Amino acid sequence: MTLEDNPPSSEVVIQDSSTAALAVDDLRLSYTVRGTPREVLRGVTFEVRPGEAYGLVGESGCGKSTTAYAALRYLPSNGQIDGGRVTSVGKELTAMSSRQLRSFRANDASMVFQDPVQAVNPVLKVGRQVAESFEVMGLPKAEAVEAALEALKRVRIASPESVMERYPHQLSGGMLQRVVIAMALACDPTLLVLDEPTTGLDATVEAEVLDLVRDLRSELNSAILLIAHNLGVIRTMCDRVGVMYAGQIVEEGTVEDVFDNPSHPYTVGLLNSIPRQGVRKDDRELFAIPGNLPQIGDPLPTCVYVDRCPIANDECRTEKPPISQRSDGHWTRCHRPDHIDEVPEPVKDFESVEIGSEEVIGVHGVSKTFRQRGNDVPALVSVDLGFAEGETLGLVGESGSGKSTLAKTMLGIHEPDEGGKITLRGRAMKTKATERVEESIRSIQMVFQNPDSALNRSWTVRRILTRSITKLTGLRGAEADHRAVEVAEAMRLSPRHLDMRPRQLSGGLKQRVAIARAFAGDPNVVVCDEPTSALDVSVQAAILNLLANLQRHERTSYLFISHDISVVRYLADRIAVMYVGRIMEIGPVSKIFGETNHPYTEALLSAVPSVDGAAENRIPLTGEIPSPADPPSGCVFHTRCHRAVEGLCEVTEPELRELSDGHSIKCHLTVEQLETPVVLTSANMVG
Amino acid sequence: MNPIYDPEGELTPIGSPEAEADIPEVEGAPAAATRSQVRREQRRVLFRSPGFVIGVGVVGFWVLAAIVPSLFSSIGPKEFSDAGARVSPSADAWFGTDSVGRDVYARVIYGARPILIVAPLATGIAIIAGTLLGLLMGFYRGWVDEVFSRIVEAILSIPVILMAILVVFTFGRSQPVIIGTIAVLFVPAITRTIRSAAISESDLDYVTSAKMRGESGLFIVSREILPNVTGLVVVELTVRLGYAVFTYATLAFLGFVAADLTDADWGIDVSLNYTQIIRDVWWPSIFPALAIATLVIGVNLITDSIDKALKS
Repeated sequence: MTLEDNPPSSEVVIQDSSTAALAVDDLRLSYTVRGTPREVLRGVTFEVRPGEAYGLVGESGCGKSTTAYAALRYLPSNGQIDGGRVTSVGKELTAMSSRQLRSFRANDASMVFQDPVQAVNPVLKVGRQVAESFEVMGLPKAEAVEAALEALKRVRIASPESVMERYPHQLSGGMLQRVVIAMALACDPTLLVLDEPTTGLDATVEAEVLDLVRDLRSELNSAILLIAHNLGVIRTMCDRVGVMYAGQIVEEGTVEDVFDNPSHPYTVGLLNSIPRQGVRKDDRELFAIPGNLPQIGDPLPTCVYVDRCPIANDECRTEKPPISQRSDGHWTRCHRPDHIDEVPEPVKDFESVEIGSEEVIGVHGVSKTFRQRGNDVPALVSVDLGFAEGETLGLVGESGSGKSTLAKTMLGIHEPDEGGKITLRGRAMKTKATERVEESIRSIQMVFQNPDSALNRSWTVRRILTRSITKLTGLRGAEADHRAVEVAEAMRLSPRHLDMRPRQLSGGLKQRVAIARAFAGDPNVVVCDEPTSALDVSVQAAILNLLANLQRHERTSYLFISHDISVVRYLADRIAVMYVGRIMEIGPVSKIFGETNHPYTEALLSAVPSVDGAAENRIPLTGEIPSPADPPSGCVFHTRCHRAVEGLCEVTEPELRELSDGHSIKCHLTVEQLETPVVLTSANMVG
Repeated sequence: MNPIYDPEGELTPIGSPEAEADIPEVEGAPAAATRSQVRREQRRVLFRSPGFVIGVGVVGFWVLAAIVPSLFSSIGPKEFSDAGARVSPSADAWFGTDSVGRDVYARVIYGARPILIVAPLATGIAIIAGTLLGLLMGFYRGWVDEVFSRIVEAILSIPVILMAILVVFTFGRSQPVIIGTIAVLFVPAITRTIRSAAISESDLDYVTSAKMRGESGLFIVSREILPNVTGLVVVELTVRLGYAVFTYATLAFLGFVAADLTDADWGIDVSLNYTQIIRDVWWPSIFPALAIATLVIGVNLITDSIDKALKS
């Protein structure tokens, strides 16, 4: 398809606003910040047809959520609409009185927010809250309660009668999100807006919630507007997608067209920055979009993406880009969509470095039992791990499986139970950080999940770095300062960043500072606890590249904790899978992603939504992860296992046994049994 | 300038030279506005808010009156006016004269000094002690927290007046004693605020990180946590200042503050003259009362606009 076949139309037009579930036409919106109005949405146009699922993607700060809120005319007090129209089935929201708006929100549209915990009232029973959303529509109390029970059944909550009587804090995040969805569906809305509905949830719970929404779509005639930064979620859930950048939709089309055949350099950048199709650190680097998102209110007279675009030419800098049609319903706001192939792809330009054979840091038989209200809670049960020089060990598992406890025990923040040992080159270290000698302290360092919390916001970068250098290496004054500049350079921070405070830095730069601090004392092992989960994908790519690069040069080992399987796969050499404080499977990446897996690993891997389409058979992990205070008998996983053998698994706990060199699993089943494809019966579907 | 692709996400600086000076350019997250820019904009919001302008005007006037009262009044506070006693407000005596013939206007002007010495000093001492205590309690938790929490609660449970009576009868009614009393009364509330802020700061990873590299508790409290609660300390300082003015005026009214009742003091003047309101001689008590009110309102206006500007 070339440009000549489809002459560019100057603007996107709404096809039919009288029937569209939501039609946003050239919406312009600004926020007043510190006295100045700043433009956030710069003319957003799209429509959601009845029964359609439409996705909006983009990095944080591009205006996705603002668009969603504006779609229900739900704006903060400092936001004002400067132009454009929002209509739903012919009704114009932008012209409604507050009374009409109230009735519209009660009967025609609903919204599901990111954090279900904040979306429910903690002092009201779940049944009462769900019933309330029916009362708003005018149902009498008794009927509303019945309707609430029906609504909970519809979202497939286990034992809805008892859930009605419970308080929100007694439910897990996944169940709460179901409750919130039940409330949203109360009015059988024409339009359902989902704002990052699964972002705070575990991959397994995320998969469940997405399954639910997908199932409900066929039962209801709601149109869905889904906001997500996870491209995989959009791919599996939506019919059409709009890619947003700096308050504009830059590309729109069906998910297949946009993700398989991207035509805007920004879409290409986003897709290239996530590790896909099993790419690994030794294969090539990830693509990181250079530069920053423009600040809100920045004047962007020409193409909004021009400053970061690798294929921009003079025309891009002087002219507003036209809409170029790529195929039916697929368009891009770009001058040069036919030159998209010129977007450079990362190439391998480094040597793969061998992993050492000697164990640098070892964890031997480490258990950790917390005392809670007089009960013993075993959070870690005899964990054994070893780190060779230059090796990355990926650690995966649902939240509550003990990943962070293991990390903190290694770092000496928690003291392990009697008998457990943490060794540095074969010699046992003190278990408490305060008692460790300087050498032990500097040998293990940590990079935290959230750099905002990990960096002292009133210190300059220079002070953050020099303090660590002084404490860990004993260098002082000018020497420490010299070393700080060196370390910062290795993180690709420029010297002027040294005199800034964390608040002045972007998320990615902050994480670089945090990494620099961890590397200040030349550590042997760096524990990375979800270091990229707070970052956007393109920034994540740059951080992963940096970590891989540092490892090549410094021969550092990583304990890399993440819930994102594709990220772990990219960076890790070996992967350990944890469940209820136990290591269920450990082995080289090729084996973990190979044929034979522990049933838990199998279920975890199948839960990941992929950008590349081709949905595989998903193995549902129903129910909650058991509390370590009361672990199931026998194999701790038997309660949720799709391959559990009655009479064996709930009785005896299996030993960790080696299947092949370096690949061990904690399971009774034979290799043949594990490799037979699962038949999903209704019994294990319901759980 | 054209951004040049580099697999690490590094690129040549983009945009205008001004943008280049304050926006870091490594990768995709929006760069925060720079500190100086934010400060400048906050300052502009602050200076433009009418509350702040009025507040500064009012408080500034009283501060000036406290430092150089002769600037505003040619008559001394203890001098007797030629107009005679109980003269209603007129061109000769703007605020009238009191029952012994002293000029009420002069007494109001001169009366600003004691209150503006005691209130800021008491607040200052309370802030220093409360911040220190709150930080230690919030960081160490455990028994330190338990012990001081009980003490703080005990102080909070004693009524202000009862406390003042106890102190004054034990130590006398000199100015330092009054300052100390008000400071002790204010420490608990400040301690509680700072303690809860210190607890949430202690949960942040930078504190964990400091513990992991073996920093001492004192270092963490004074160098790591304290700078992050200074904003709160400033707000607390201004809020308490308003209360301190009020508390001092109350103590003065009740006669707890000065040995010499002829000294110009708003609270004392109100208490000496309020009984005459029934005889229609309202001016000797209402004008000092208004002075107290304007000072408290002025301080609160400043507090509110600072708080708003910080949050905008």
